[in-house]
Amino acid sequence: MIAQISPPELDFLPVAPELVLAGGGMAIMLAEAALPRVTSRVLLIASLLIVAGAAGITVALWGWDGEPTVLAGMVATDRFAVLIRGVLLAVAAIGAVYGHHQFDRAGERRPEFFPLLLFATTGMTLIAAASDLILTFLALEILSLSLYVLAGFSRRVTASEASMKYFLLGAFSSAFFLYGVALAYGATGTTSIGGIARALSGPSEGLPLAMVAAALLAVGFSFKVAAVPFHMWTPDVYQGAPTAVVGFMSAATKVAAFAALIRVFNVAFLPLSWDWTPIVGVLAAVTMVVGSLLAIAQTDVKRMLAYSSIAHAGFILTGVMAANQEGIASATFYLVAYALMIVGAFGVVLLVSGDERTSLSSYAGLAVRSPLLAALLSLFLLSLAGIPPTAGFMAKVSVFRAAVDAGHTWVVIVAVLASVVAAFFYLRVIVLVYMKEPEEELQPDRSPLPALTVAVPAVATLVLGVFPGLVFGLLETASIFRW
Amino acid sequence: MLSDYLPIVLLAGVVAVFAVASLAVSSMLRPSRPTPAKLMPYECGIVPERDPRGERFPVKFYVVAMLFIVFDIETIFLFPWALTFRELGLFGLIEMAVFIGLVFVAYAYVRMKGGLDWNVRGLREGPSPVAEPPPVDRRREVAGAR
Repeated sequence: MIAQISPPELDFLPVAPELVLAGGGMAIMLAEAALPRVTSRVLLIASLLIVAGAAGITVALWGWDGEPTVLAGMVATDRFAVLIRGVLLAVAAIGAVYGHHQFDRAGERRPEFFPLLLFATTGMTLIAAASDLILTFLALEILSLSLYVLAGFSRRVTASEASMKYFLLGAFSSAFFLYGVALAYGATGTTSIGGIARALSGPSEGLPLAMVAAALLAVGFSFKVAAVPFHMWTPDVYQGAPTAVVGFMSAATKVAAFAALIRVFNVAFLPLSWDWTPIVGVLAAVTMVVGSLLAIAQTDVKRMLAYSSIAHAGFILTGVMAANQEGIASATFYLVAYALMIVGAFGVVLLVSGDERTSLSSYAGLAVRSPLLAALLSLFLLSLAGIPPTAGFMAKVSVFRAAVDAGHTWVVIVAVLASVVAAFFYLRVIVLVYMKEPEEELQPDRSPLPALTVAVPAVATLVLGVFPGLVFGLLETASIFRW
Repeated sequence: MLSDYLPIVLLAGVVAVFAVASLAVSSMLRPSRPTPAKLMPYECGIVPERDPRGERFPVKFYVVAMLFIVFDIETIFLFPWALTFRELGLFGLIEMAVFIGLVFVAYAYVRMKGGLDWNVRGLREGPSPVAEPPPVDRRREVAGAR
């Protein structure tokens, strides 16, 4: 006879954004199947309303003063989760507009794009709030499975290749992650992130096992954030997948996976921080150097941005390795800035290379054809390079300061050198855009809606570069984990 | 610390040595008299009729396979729930209703998309055939990047 199972306290408000996203995604999916003639524009508006609803609840959750975790310790209610959710929902809204535009312009009918985007966003927001490794894994799978399908949303064979590659390597990384969860349970007897921290802070016999668990979890996360040596999929997937999807996933996946990584390593494995900071430091240094160096050799703008996103993973890891509140705040600020500039940069790529011909040489003389797009592209590239007065500069300064304050000067030296190398290939594109004659017939897209959408991250990049306090003010409370 | 794992390494070594040694000794000692009947693939004692590699079947069976997984998982969850229904009580009933509702959404979607129509060609609005790949310039690709 088994014991009476008592149902957990059910407080659904902290997961209401996810419920809205998942429910809305299913509603759109069913509605589109029932009404096959519904247009992409209607689906876009419905998706944006759903995202806005989730965002409204998220804002309301900022003032949550109940339990630190709800639903039997599965979901954290801290402001870190709220802030990350806000970023993810903004990126999802921009991604929905991109997707609508790209498929509409190509004359492809892909109504499944919107439900899949909403499901992916559900997983992403959930992983930011997960305070139990089981839920982290579940959310990781929700977002990954949706993205595997989205990456193949094109008639081009390279998209199928991208989807397949992403799926196979992603499945590998999930296995690593799951093995890490199992070992963490073996070492501490719990999968709760707070529970692991409690078990490890006392005298424990499972320390070697916990170190192995931390290493395996780090491998799983490194795949998702594209840190070297687990970055191989990134260039191929970014190049092959539709640009609209890449714009969404490059920003949102990195934010979500880093949010979970920061939470797991700064809460669960904080007692072991003396052991993992050097390893994360080496990971960060290698990622920055390899990402920056390989980006120089690229001749395709999407591949170049892919290597740039690898390098940025290294910079964010520099903030993570500080393993204190300053490190968390700086890494989170970097995530916000990175999401804005990469989603904007891919938006410009979407408008310039609508037909997926993305070789760098086709960007020559863009300033003559479309001064607005050239200016937007330059702004995002300058921000990615970390040149003031953009958000990218403030983000770099803050992670470097956090790492130096925590005593990791050698990583910062590597990071500064890597930024100098990276500046070269960003500036080379700007030179190409402004100082070369257009070689071939370049037809930039002049549609107003996506151009307006790209303007949003552009303005935000500038505003955060001049007034970084807007986000750092929020981070005073949002960089504290409650468990 | 790491020496705690020494027994595992030793065990792995013993296993490897035993596996290789037993196969090697057996192949050296046993008599070898191959006959055509012995070399045939084993298929429940009857003579195999076809080459299993060359077998072809319609690709639309993959929809059936995917649908099977949906219902299979539903059943797997239903059995233990039915066994512990009294202990779980109302909470379990609600949770199960939510779960079945979600599975039903998947079923309804497949149904409306025509996934269960056997004679139409593929799913309605299904994925279109793959077009010719555009020329991709990978000449200057760095070898280590792939």
